[in-house]
Amino acid sequence: MRKSFVKAVMVLVVMTIAATSLVAQSYAIVFKNTGNPYGEKQMAGFKAGIEEQKLTAILRAPDAPTAEAQIAIIQQLIAQKVAGICIVGNDFDALQPVLQQAMKANIKVWSLDSSVNPASRAFHVNQSSTDLIGRTEVQAAYDMIGGKGEIAILSATSQASNQNAWIEVMKQELKLPKYKDIKLDKVAYGDDLRDKSVSEAQGLLASFPNLKVIIAPTTVGIAAAGKVITDKGLIGKVFVTGLGLPSEMATYIENGACPYMFLWNPIDLGYLGAYAGVALVNGKITGKVGDKFTAGKLGAYTITKSGDGGTEVILGPPFKFDAKNIADWKSVY
Amino acid sequence: MSEREISIDRPRSLKRFFFQWEWLLVLIFVAVNIINSGLSPYYLNFGSLIGSTNSFLDMAFLVLPMTFVIILGNIDISVASTVALSAVIMAVGFNAGLPMPLAMLLCLVVSTLCGLFNGFLMVKFKELSAVIVTLSTMIIYRGIAYVILEDQAAGHFPPWFSFLAWGSIGPVPFILIVFAVCALAFGLLLHKTSFGRKVFAMGNNLTAARYSGIKTDSVIIAVSALTGLMAGFTALFLTSRMGSTRPNVALGYELSVIAMVVLGGVSTAGGAGRIGGPILAIFIIGYLNYGLGLVNIKANVLLIIIGSLLILSVLVLNLRFGGHRRPAPPIARMIAAGKAPDEKA
Amino acid sequence: MSADTKTPTTRGRIVRSGEGFRELGLLVFIAILAAAFQIRNHNFLTIANIKDLLTNTAILGILAVGMMLVLITGGIDLSIGATIALAGMTSALTGMALPHINPLLSILEGMAVGLAVGSVIGLLVARFKVLPIIATLGIMNIVRGVTYIESKGAWVSSYQMSKAFTDISTGTTFGVNNLVVIAVFIFIVFWYFVNHTKTGRRIYAIGSNPEAADISGIPRRKLLWLVYAIMGVLSGLAGVLWVSKFASAQGDTALGYELNVIAACVLGGVSISGGAGKVSGLLLGTILLGILNNALPLINVSPFWQQFIQGIVILAAVLTNVAVKRNNQRLALRKRAI
Repeated sequence: MRKSFVKAVMVLVVMTIAATSLVAQSYAIVFKNTGNPYGEKQMAGFKAGIEEQKLTAILRAPDAPTAEAQIAIIQQLIAQKVAGICIVGNDFDALQPVLQQAMKANIKVWSLDSSVNPASRAFHVNQSSTDLIGRTEVQAAYDMIGGKGEIAILSATSQASNQNAWIEVMKQELKLPKYKDIKLDKVAYGDDLRDKSVSEAQGLLASFPNLKVIIAPTTVGIAAAGKVITDKGLIGKVFVTGLGLPSEMATYIENGACPYMFLWNPIDLGYLGAYAGVALVNGKITGKVGDKFTAGKLGAYTITKSGDGGTEVILGPPFKFDAKNIADWKSVY
Repeated sequence: MSEREISIDRPRSLKRFFFQWEWLLVLIFVAVNIINSGLSPYYLNFGSLIGSTNSFLDMAFLVLPMTFVIILGNIDISVASTVALSAVIMAVGFNAGLPMPLAMLLCLVVSTLCGLFNGFLMVKFKELSAVIVTLSTMIIYRGIAYVILEDQAAGHFPPWFSFLAWGSIGPVPFILIVFAVCALAFGLLLHKTSFGRKVFAMGNNLTAARYSGIKTDSVIIAVSALTGLMAGFTALFLTSRMGSTRPNVALGYELSVIAMVVLGGVSTAGGAGRIGGPILAIFIIGYLNYGLGLVNIKANVLLIIIGSLLILSVLVLNLRFGGHRRPAPPIARMIAAGKAPDEKA
Repeated sequence: MSADTKTPTTRGRIVRSGEGFRELGLLVFIAILAAAFQIRNHNFLTIANIKDLLTNTAILGILAVGMMLVLITGGIDLSIGATIALAGMTSALTGMALPHINPLLSILEGMAVGLAVGSVIGLLVARFKVLPIIATLGIMNIVRGVTYIESKGAWVSSYQMSKAFTDISTGTTFGVNNLVVIAVFIFIVFWYFVNHTKTGRRIYAIGSNPEAADISGIPRRKLLWLVYAIMGVLSGLAGVLWVSKFASAQGDTALGYELNVIAACVLGGVSISGGAGKVSGLLLGTILLGILNNALPLINVSPFWQQFIQGIVILAAVLTNVAVKRNNQRLALRKRAI
């Protein structure tokens, strides 16, 4: 009786030690919201990257895209004593106090995709250079209409940090002499809601009869604009471009409403975030400019300066989706 | 004459005492804690248990006046927008040069004014239901916040400001202390003052209350002002928790607050309820979210669990009481049915 | 000398005819608003824009009818957004698996999903006496969670939908967009239902005075279940139409949309405490919201002012209606002065 009791206690102790050591190597990713296929792919990529390194991944996302919900999740992760938190922020500044709490508790914090302010993170993992994204979009619009005409931007919410950063670059880019014949009519916000994005797109067309291009750097917006153009029979007269999921935009690229658009691979982005985080936790990098690490099958990466005063590592240039390759990608993400 | 005794006093019994809504909520609270500790070894950590309260206590300040509002038979869905507007004005004011304590006062003033405006509309235009009044102001207040801050964030508060949401006095978080004081105050106000009695009376029968001399307009304005004031408290603590603010903060708070009040046994029919229920409901929902989060339950599943909990608790409680708590039925019907006043007719 | 022996004035005649039309204030307000928007942007009152307006408002109208019935009984339904998402996602997933499915079957499938949800709510409210706000709040969470799980976090995109499916919402019948046709049909059916059928009138009774209704033999519980079931069916229908219209099914479709629907109802004079509401008022309330959603992007104000303007317009509409009603009452009283 006594022997089996001692054995049971030993097993319990071993399990606890194993559990704590296992959990001490847990890496969490907190995405913006749930039910988002882009997010699901990104988290899947993150999980693949973490598990490739024989570690445990925790995937969290709130049911509404608010900062308040992410704060609660981060507090739960702190209580679980995770090794690292990879945050895809719903708000650039609002997560600072809670992320600083995490860092105080010896948890490493880095951001992915949608960044948080430099005080809240060690570094940021960016899909592409913010400048490059903005410039590519404007160049695309320019090319689609032969250098002359009116354009408009259909964005997500007015508080979305990524979109706001890209739009800022676009506005600066449009000041260049090269774009002197391009006029930006309006920046409209579709709030990433289907019905509102459709209304705003219809409003743009009704308000600006000479509108030639709608740039929509958000997947709900670009798909909504594509549908509106298609339904109104304006294919070929008004163009749509921007950033969107190939699955959402397959129809509109194939029918010509959108000649081409851009994005990046969210699976690769999550994967890169995983390797970057593990390197951070292991002390291989600290997040300062010049740090190098290897991201599994993606290769070697170096940390550079980012536009917001912090540092970042960039996945690569935006990827162009057009009629030639859309069939390959539409079922991937 | 009949041998039946007609008595207004309820027979006191231990069974009756424990079959109250609040005790069953306590049971649910205990059950939630047991389940949570079983699920995760990280739960029963005094520090994090107490510390995690700051994620749901900022909303809790709104639950207190909302109890009054619902007992009155009204509803207020503009509270989240009031929070946003007062937070934004506080931040903008501070960044424009106001000293922080003054900015905080400004926050409370603005939020109380928002509440007063609601009350004014409800009193001057009695044809309008509380829903339509607070629906309009919900859109207007947050609309003003968007006009002021547009797509920017405002913050850079002095370092001591984070003490509100993150600081503790000893082992007890500051926010918990402030909430406890407010809860006590509201509890006393509701159950031990004539103001509270007036609120119950108006919720039971507004016309009768008016004709018995209660200044119903003043009560409605007072409750609206209190709601506004507490929204200001929420704004202070939420902004402190985030270190910055935007026009889109506190989105969806009103629904959670109403859920907590109704789970706490306050019927939206009005006229009945006790402050203890909603307070328990705050902690039930808060700790349930926290405990399940500690085992990283997916958001989808969490939604289903919270939804089911809401319905199941009310179902169980209804089966006990045979229907949501209604104001006392007329004496005549009870006598005719030959039953004592506390049994269901 | 009684006032009404005098020769009727033109003003008196207009006012008297206005007395019967309680929602006159709202109608006038809408007319003025439309005029104001037209001045601001000449493209507002064009055929193309009005078509867009009607198409975009059709789904809101369908839902508003169902919500009106629920509100008349003194209840509320906060779960319709989630039901829309579930019904839409289910029919889209089915359409993806069976690409040649008849679109009518897709619609029926959506309505069946909606009916299932509505029936559960009706059961909770009518049989188990759960407060409608709590029952629908709980169901909203549950249904939303189920939608996310069913979709496995993915969306159904346009290329995965058959043309027949998307044509449901973009197709036309007799030259009028299908959505508008369906909405008009439903409005007419429900106008008849609430005004000219026994069941419809009884629904008003149970909202007006539940105890009296009980005592006078009205099958209150059955009717209460019925209104939530109807709301469910309409939400399911709206779900399929929504997904077809936007050619996309997401887990977070129609998040928070119930507030729009409730706004349309209360704007249209449906009483939140039950027992009152007219289909004519509902139509106006729906149109007002539809105009706002359509015109705000058109009037060339900073997008940061849109929400504020929307709130002010709604408040103004509501207050105007109150002012007109009070004026009518005052004149009616004066008419009866001795």
